[in-house]
Amino acid sequence: MAGQSDPNLSIFSAEEVEFMAEDEMVEIVPNMRMDKLTLICGDYGPFFPQMPAQVPLWLAIALKKRGKCTIRLPDWMSVENLSQTLEAERDSQESFQILPFHYVEISRLLFDHARGDIPDVYTVRSLIEDIKDVRFHKVETSLESFEDARSSAVKVKNLSAMEVNLVRPFVGRALQAFYKHGSPELVPNPERMPPRQPQATDSIQRRPLRKR
Amino acid sequence: MDSRDGDGSTEDYETLIQTTDVELLKRAWRQEKAAPEILKFETDLITRLTGQIELVEENVEQDSQSGIDPLTVSLYQMDLDRTQFLLRSYLRIRLQKIEKYIFHILATAELYNRLSKQEKEFAKSCLVDLEKHLEESVLSKLPNNYQSIFKQSMISEENDMVAKPQLDTFVVCKTNDYLGHIQLEDNEDGSSDDRANQRPLEEPFEMETDVLYFVRYKAIKGFVEEGRIDLF
Repeated sequence: MAGQSDPNLSIFSAEEVEFMAEDEMVEIVPNMRMDKLTLICGDYGPFFPQMPAQVPLWLAIALKKRGKCTIRLPDWMSVENLSQTLEAERDSQESFQILPFHYVEISRLLFDHARGDIPDVYTVRSLIEDIKDVRFHKVETSLESFEDARSSAVKVKNLSAMEVNLVRPFVGRALQAFYKHGSPELVPNPERMPPRQPQATDSIQRRPLRKR
Repeated sequence: MDSRDGDGSTEDYETLIQTTDVELLKRAWRQEKAAPEILKFETDLITRLTGQIELVEENVEQDSQSGIDPLTVSLYQMDLDRTQFLLRSYLRIRLQKIEKYIFHILATAELYNRLSKQEKEFAKSCLVDLEKHLEESVLSKLPNNYQSIFKQSMISEENDMVAKPQLDTFVVCKTNDYLGHIQLEDNEDGSSDDRANQRPLEEPFEMETDVLYFVRYKAIKGFVEEGRIDLF
């Protein structure tokens, strides 16, 4: 049901991330003629046989399923580019290579529905798996370095949608805990002696009744 | 929109895509989902979209009767389904938040004004039902000093039984324009964090465009309301 994905409001389910990825544009080559589509989300077509066209991914998949087109592999998904990306990922410990934000979802959808359109599909697939693994390993190791208790903001450069979504709950709670406990009461600072306010019933410190 | 002819028009194409109603709805949906508190209701956008949806629903009805190519009909239907999902999810999330923080929202004018007309009515009747329910099932059976809905007991100084949204949660966000000098700690606002005036000032924090950050929601609240920061 829409909106029922999680009792905790601010988590996106995997399906919802995929939903967002499905709006990414891809190129298709239709094998039939179709009139212009005036959809709520935009106008696409008219489509002519053998004339490439740009459509959203969900539309491409729908047409592909009915055998009405072939999908052209996005440039970043070629064996060459993926091998380069994998090399670069392995070489650099700190930073992430630039990949399309929804690369996981896009590649997954294409593997599931457009296998025939991908040359060397097994190579491409294993390259993407490897890239995913290397990146996620990097994410895990960088999580260990969240020691700076005063960090109130963390930059995540070039992370993809699925990766962000996976670490979001943990990182969110961790940063919140750091923020809460990282107060200078633990770090004695003799110069500043502000008066302490009496902490009576303080609604901030009371936890909500339902565990998150 | 079905052909790109050069970089100049690609940019316009991008901006055109950015501002379709569905894109705006998707953005509103994401913001609402990621934000710990309820945001302003997008009245105009929702009205426009409901109108469009109804129109397409009628058309699809007619087309499927009149024997137009079923493929086309099913594509229109898919597009309709996607848009309806976004709309429903958006409304549901807001309702969930209203239910969760109902006492707080009704007590705070700023938050109450973020609701749509129907949501306000919903909130009011929900409140009446909830109060009645709590009275009858629990509160009337408690000792006299503990019978308030809002306070734990008569000696509480504030309404501590009221659930308030946790504005301290960390959210993932991205900025549309370069933002320098964001204050991460709330120093001026002594009331919300009584440790604020003890925490040393950090370097002003800057945010580059198109990079994701995990930030405390409270620090960027103003920017989100202005529409300069997108939540993810």
